[in-house]
Amino acid sequence: MMNDRDNAAAQFKGVLWLASDSDTMNIHEYQGKALFKAHGVNVLNGVHCTTVDDALNAYDSLQSKVVAVKSQIHAGGRGKGNLYRPNSDELVMEGGVKIAFSREDVKTYAANILGQVLVTKQTGQEGKIVNHLYVESGCDIAHEYYLALLVDREHKSVLIMASTEGGMDIEEVAEETPELLHKVNVDPNVGLMGYQIRDLGLALGLSGASHKSFGKMLRSLYNLFVKEDCAMVEINPLVRTADDDMVALDAKVSFDENAEFRHKNWDDLRDLSEEEDVEIRAKETGLSYVKLDGNIGCLVNGAGLAMATMDVIKLYGGEPANFLDVGGGANEEQVKTAFSIILEDPNVKGILVNIFGGIMRCDIIARGVIAATEALDLDVPLVVRLAGTNVVEGKAILADSTLNIHPADDLAEGAQKIVELIGGGA
Amino acid sequence: MGIWIEENAKVLVQGITGKQGMFHADKMVEYGTNIVGGCTPGKGGQTVDLQGKKFPVWNSMFEAIEATDADATVIYVPPPFAGEAIMEAADAFDQIKGEGVVVCITEGIPTLDMVKAVAFVENRPGVRLIGPNCPGIITPGENGGAKIGIMPGHIHAKGRIGIVSKSGTLTYEAVAQTMSIGEGQSTCVGIGGDPINGTGFIDCLAAFQADSQTEAIVMIGEIGGNAEEEAAAWAKENVTKPIVGFVAGATAPPGKRMGHAGAIISGGKGTAVEKFAAFEAADIACAKDPSEIGAVLLEALKKAGLRNE
Repeated sequence: MMNDRDNAAAQFKGVLWLASDSDTMNIHEYQGKALFKAHGVNVLNGVHCTTVDDALNAYDSLQSKVVAVKSQIHAGGRGKGNLYRPNSDELVMEGGVKIAFSREDVKTYAANILGQVLVTKQTGQEGKIVNHLYVESGCDIAHEYYLALLVDREHKSVLIMASTEGGMDIEEVAEETPELLHKVNVDPNVGLMGYQIRDLGLALGLSGASHKSFGKMLRSLYNLFVKEDCAMVEINPLVRTADDDMVALDAKVSFDENAEFRHKNWDDLRDLSEEEDVEIRAKETGLSYVKLDGNIGCLVNGAGLAMATMDVIKLYGGEPANFLDVGGGANEEQVKTAFSIILEDPNVKGILVNIFGGIMRCDIIARGVIAATEALDLDVPLVVRLAGTNVVEGKAILADSTLNIHPADDLAEGAQKIVELIGGGA
Repeated sequence: MGIWIEENAKVLVQGITGKQGMFHADKMVEYGTNIVGGCTPGKGGQTVDLQGKKFPVWNSMFEAIEATDADATVIYVPPPFAGEAIMEAADAFDQIKGEGVVVCITEGIPTLDMVKAVAFVENRPGVRLIGPNCPGIITPGENGGAKIGIMPGHIHAKGRIGIVSKSGTLTYEAVAQTMSIGEGQSTCVGIGGDPINGTGFIDCLAAFQADSQTEAIVMIGEIGGNAEEEAAAWAKENVTKPIVGFVAGATAPPGKRMGHAGAIISGGKGTAVEKFAAFEAADIACAKDPSEIGAVLLEALKKAGLRNE
């Protein structure tokens, strides 16, 4: 059994990752802060910029001796990240968040950030191009805290986490000093209660004006979280200023994609350059696609079966090139789109189709497969495994075609065949 | 017997006049499910034709349950209204009968709506929520049975194996595997792949353990969360019937959502390796490939002395 401490750390990591997965929509810090401001959460004055001139104008207008020049990408660890010239390993600057003490500093930093690639521990090696900057006033910091709100799947509620150990890697705090991470679960049908806010403030060692300021901020944040259908709001650091005000120095906000229908403004907040082009196109046609590194393309109905198909390919020595779920009621057109998306990946050396027909009929899938392979001039081996509704008709259609389609009766046979046909593992 | 749903259970359909609702209501009637009508606000008093028979539509779940004494309801309402449909059904069952089964098929319900709905249902202990984003529940009978959901009825047969799964088509795969060794099913429950849902693995294991018809259990998990680990630990202490397990997602990369909103490996937590290890530690017989479930199940049945060598 895990002890409480390990358990707390593991749980913390779990929820944090859950909130940053791809069924949520991330927005930039500058957008998050605009949202904060609109909901009455204290932030510093700042300006969103896309050019060096913008940044200089922002500096002039902010009238602050010190400003922060902050790269805007959908990934954490910006401050400790490095900027590289695109398509090279030439280091331009260390640190994606810079403190500027002069107009000249702002110019240098903005020029070193915009258009360059920022690599942080969350972006992967390829990094992300920085197209947006946020130039923000400075403030006198007395202490840095951590505050986050997110959906807790274990307790089926909104979880609030706060810590006195702000400004650092909170996963480390969770692992090494979990007693410094304070948690409150909110009953969704009651809402956040006064005592919960007071207790959390006290746990952070706040009193007087800062305790009051924290209470007002947390209530606003909870209302924002619920009203805006957030998956996560994370502020690291949340700071207490020299005059005992609580101010959000960072803003990491992500929304629950399922709630998009009631938030028409999300379209304006979405930064498509941050999302995988092919995954967006798949989604538009009702397909769920995730690219992987192997060479066997998979086309499956149902998420669980799609994962199992990938697993079995691996079990028989192959490497899956993708996860692709065509959903419960795919038509011929969707099957065709699915094939073309799979074939865009130059690594694909063969395709395994695995369909267990429920609502979806095998004869329709068989026709879709034939139409797609003809239209796309498929030149890699194709193994098709059909089961379930109208399987006899489906198999007959495939057998009657003149195309080179290899049938399989079950998943294991299908996986073995495709691995064999492409000449072994990846 | 079977769990929660008897073969002849009386079933309502919420969203019965919609395209999805009507299509699946028809399939359920065709299978033999005892559909007693449906509910679509604003369309009360109308009827719908299913398999050549007319079925009544009510404006509210209160009216519908009062009129039919239904045991269960199945929800095909679109995501914006599904959370409330769950709560309406739970409230009506609780007030009128003190019990009822609410099966929610709808995919894509906002997470915070589900957080609310699940808390609401949990305050009504006689009401059971299955789903959302699931294939439903089926108790096959001698002739037909109770199919409450979207699963293909014809692949099932009445028998002695209980199946519980997070996935839809993978459940069908498990059903086909039981059939391949000549075994039928007592009840199959799809609990759904969303992070916030109603009935979980442990509820199903407890019910299968208590069900006299069920002799063995097939449990199909997925990466993400720790429901499988908790279920395995619980089973070790509480389940004496043989369990066969499979977990999908061994090859899924961390941090990426694999179709189901709940299927994400979370910072080293929720991996298939961990879940298989938890299964093995609880003496659950694991299939490494869904095509092996039948063979592993037969072996487990023999080992338990339930089938001849």
